[in-house]
Amino acid sequence: MEIFSGEIRMSANESLGLWGVPIAVLASAVRGGTPFLFVSVGECLTEKSGKINLGLEGVLLMGAMSAYAISYRTGSPWIGVAAAGCAGMVLGSIHAWLSQRPRVNDIAVGIAMIVFGSGLAFFLGKPYIQPLAPQLPGIGFANWCNNPAVRSAFEICPLFFLGAAVAFTMQWFFKSTRWGLYIRAVGDKPDAARAMGISVVKVRTLSIMAGSFLAGIGGAYLSLFYPGSWTERISGGQGIMAVALVIFARWNPVQCLWASLLFGGAQALGPALQGVGVSSYYYLFNASPYILTLVVMIATCSTKRTLAGAPGALGSGT
Amino acid sequence: MGTPGTSPANLELQAACRSSVPMTSNHETKGPGMSETQSPSVAPVAATKVGPGLPVRRSYRWRGKLEAVVIPTGAIIVSIILFGIFCAINGAKPFAVYASINKAAFANWYAWQETLVRAAPLMLCALCTAIPIRLGLVIIGNEGALVIGGLFATAAGLAVPNASPLATQLIMAAAGMLCGGLWIMIVGALKYFRGVNETISGLLMNYIAIAILNQMVNGPMRDPSSLNKPSSFPIPDEKMLQPIGNSSVHWGLVYGIVACVLVWFLVHHTTFGFKMRTIGGNIRAARIAGLPVGAVMLIACFIAGAMPGLAGMVEVAAVNGSANESLNAWYGNSGILVAFLARQNALAVIIVSILLGGLLASGGILQRVHHLPDATTLVFQGLVFVVILFSESLYGRWKFFREKSA
Repeated sequence: MEIFSGEIRMSANESLGLWGVPIAVLASAVRGGTPFLFVSVGECLTEKSGKINLGLEGVLLMGAMSAYAISYRTGSPWIGVAAAGCAGMVLGSIHAWLSQRPRVNDIAVGIAMIVFGSGLAFFLGKPYIQPLAPQLPGIGFANWCNNPAVRSAFEICPLFFLGAAVAFTMQWFFKSTRWGLYIRAVGDKPDAARAMGISVVKVRTLSIMAGSFLAGIGGAYLSLFYPGSWTERISGGQGIMAVALVIFARWNPVQCLWASLLFGGAQALGPALQGVGVSSYYYLFNASPYILTLVVMIATCSTKRTLAGAPGALGSGT
Repeated sequence: MGTPGTSPANLELQAACRSSVPMTSNHETKGPGMSETQSPSVAPVAATKVGPGLPVRRSYRWRGKLEAVVIPTGAIIVSIILFGIFCAINGAKPFAVYASINKAAFANWYAWQETLVRAAPLMLCALCTAIPIRLGLVIIGNEGALVIGGLFATAAGLAVPNASPLATQLIMAAAGMLCGGLWIMIVGALKYFRGVNETISGLLMNYIAIAILNQMVNGPMRDPSSLNKPSSFPIPDEKMLQPIGNSSVHWGLVYGIVACVLVWFLVHHTTFGFKMRTIGGNIRAARIAGLPVGAVMLIACFIAGAMPGLAGMVEVAAVNGSANESLNAWYGNSGILVAFLARQNALAVIIVSILLGGLLASGGILQRVHHLPDATTLVFQGLVFVVILFSESLYGRWKFFREKSA
């Protein structure tokens, strides 16, 4: 029952000496950043439609669990990825339905979905902590190098490229398609959208479900590629950090990609430093992603002005 | 915030400061809780029109109160039924599970003691969410405040080795409340000065608090004799918080109940509470009325954080005996559910904490007898949470509960 705590592990490169630190951080930007990427792009889509989904932490855990379980059962990790997306979508539909009831606050629903999603994931995932499920394949980008540590550090999962493609596609989608316009209209001025004949409820429901689908895939990455096992502390708050990251990225999917890489790199700092012998503040360094998120939020937010790109109706309960 | 901060009992008071624009849980984008982007509200006008002297005759007010009891009770019953279905799907007999929970929680005096020991920290933690929500802030940094409170209470207790037991406990309680309070005050200050979303920052601070705890008990505060579970040096037995009479329930329960009653009094019967509710109702109106919004917000957050801080001290001084990772036992996060289930009413928090304490006490028997994993109680909490939020949308739906205003 450790969803609000937990450490993110990283194989540090003892053999590389001090060079291990920048290499580990760089490699981890991609490896550790991918789940952030999926969750933040999903949250970006959701928030563009004017609703906040804090429950993506629960979706992430549920996705990780179902991907691992299905991959173990069927032997195919890709079916596991699809199952994770679908599990996310189911949780997303609950959030979409509940958060659009009158007088129900979407932040509160998000908290409820964190508890519900993680409870369900821990409950159903109990039998899968021991067995080994087939993992997603990695594409080696440093196979020319003789150092096995470097080689394994630069093994990149195809899901990362999928996520990056989703980020660029989503930006185009918001900017240049009719459906993208609908979502932005619903998120900025629901009343105007309603006057245009757009169903606000339908657009938001679909946006939240699609966003949760992406977050579920982020969970599949956690359990099927890196760190590559199913445990109850696997997500360690990455779902929450990704929500904060969307604000930092100013609701722009491509900037979500860059922000995710930054956060992925920050994750590796503590373990990598310990790997080269700097271990006196191990636990505090492990908290560096959380501290970084907080610092980024303090620097980004303001009481005076509305942030550029922020959907107008976000959090207004309309 | 939609409604969580509004109990029907004080509707007529809040009507004085409620505008036609619903109070929102402002995302950090729109400025902080004090959003300037909302349409200029009609609050000042409304204030003159609908004053506290609204002619609702007292004899009719039972309808709203009945609604406030019937709907949450109904929600709990519905979630118990859903939980039964969930158990049935997973191969356990629902009625046997209910019987086990009841047996483990409330069947005899021994079960009651187990329940009450767990209810004490829940009460204190729930207040951490229940107080700021009056201001429209959804703060869920309960777990972090508990951990920080427990850690610094231990440090303070160990720093005065020669003090008498009572003095040690007072010092520990003061340190726990001070540090827990400051911890949540940071969340409030970030919201007020920088517009940082208080829900997200509170959650992040939970992780940071746990990291600080781990750093301290693995580093400067570590007792070298604690091998497989790094802990601080223990508080001497004679200075621990004693049980009440010859039961196994410790004095923390009294702390919890007293704190709930005091908070209830503070919120409903003092000018400070009125200021809080005014700000929660309509922050612009509160500003125009000249209320010190920032000061009220920071003080309320301090009081809110002091409660789980005290819970952390209680856990160390009555249960664990030293600071270690057992502090992070999920009481803080369960406290969020208690606060929402009690609809932010501090007196209702006492009852709901006892109910949830009973559920937590039954975790072991569910594992042993029904072979359900320990996450079962978490699933149940999630179900209750979802259903209780849904029930918020049912208020005012039935004519029977409507007050007949003259």
